[in-house]
Amino acid sequence: MTEIAPAPSPPDWRDDIFAALKAAEIRQVGYVPDAGHTRLIEHCQADPAIRAVGLTSEEEGIGLAAGAWLGGQRAALLMQSSGVGNCINMLSLAKSCRFPLILLVTMRGEWGEFNPWRVPMGTRTQAALELMDVLVYRVERAEEAGETVAAALDIAFNGGLVTAVLLSQRLIGAKRWVK
Amino acid sequence: MRDNDPRLDRRAAIRSLLEGRGDMLLVTGLGSTTYDAASVGDDERNFYLWGAMGAAAMIGLGLALARPERRILVVTGDGEMLMGLGALATIGVERPPNLALVVFDNGHYGETGMQRSHTDAGVSLCGVARACGIEAVFDIADPATLKEFAARLQDFNRTIFARVAIRAEESPRVLPSRDGVHLKNRFRRALGVE
Repeated sequence: MTEIAPAPSPPDWRDDIFAALKAAEIRQVGYVPDAGHTRLIEHCQADPAIRAVGLTSEEEGIGLAAGAWLGGQRAALLMQSSGVGNCINMLSLAKSCRFPLILLVTMRGEWGEFNPWRVPMGTRTQAALELMDVLVYRVERAEEAGETVAAALDIAFNGGLVTAVLLSQRLIGAKRWVK
Repeated sequence: MRDNDPRLDRRAAIRSLLEGRGDMLLVTGLGSTTYDAASVGDDERNFYLWGAMGAAAMIGLGLALARPERRILVVTGDGEMLMGLGALATIGVERPPNLALVVFDNGHYGETGMQRSHTDAGVSLCGVARACGIEAVFDIADPATLKEFAARLQDFNRTIFARVAIRAEESPRVLPSRDGVHLKNRFRRALGVE
């Protein structure tokens, strides 16, 4: 008798990102929830080797990641593009002390955005990060997500730099609004 | 009036907290609490903030989660804590048993000209901490209670929040290194992770 295995779920770029975080031995993940990060957050919460820490605001994560590194652990932060604006002054902590840091940012306010209030920060996310000397990578296609995050993790932790991977709204899918 | 001010002297308070610190790790908030810690003597297990206002408690959280076998003490000021008030909610959820947060509360922004802070207008940091789910909360206003509290820091197993009422007066500045990379690297070396 052969047990029929459940059909494998189709590969997902969020799973590839999670695999990259695991390969880089990320042990703390700070996040402010975003729909685009849901699956990744669930992976992190389910992994006993990762402490997933919900934040009230994104800048808390910069301190969390610095503390993790002081204690010998690696952290990653998940946020939406609107949250990048909340981080700007706090990035001076990472820069002044050369803390390695990686921000995984789901984009709003670009492809197919319904809500105009998301647009001002969404269209300035990359420029704002670059003003603070953050190395920015963009992912437009699902198959690039895992390798781009792996590359950003490498340069963050080997180079003591701050990197951000912007996951485009076209990749995530524009938020569906039901009236 | 100052002679009758019952609140604590900040330098005596920090000495009391760090006396017999053992292997406890220390994070201080920018401004006066960084000078306070340095006044007791520089230590490679001190991580002083010179900026990043509002980050002290969260750095303590990340450190506490990374090193569950070590005790972590964060000492910061009321203004610094008020800027990162959300951190109390986050810490109230995570509740690491090895983290103690101590706020030196003089009700003023000492670094910028002694403007009044929200605590001087009645905001209770102990009330906020308790409402955020931190169970061990202490409001300390005299040397005997502080001494008792300092003894508690030598062995604790739940998240602690304490507000220490200190006098609003400036103490002589004792400036530790401002080189963040140096402070980070020596801290990690002291922990054997660099």
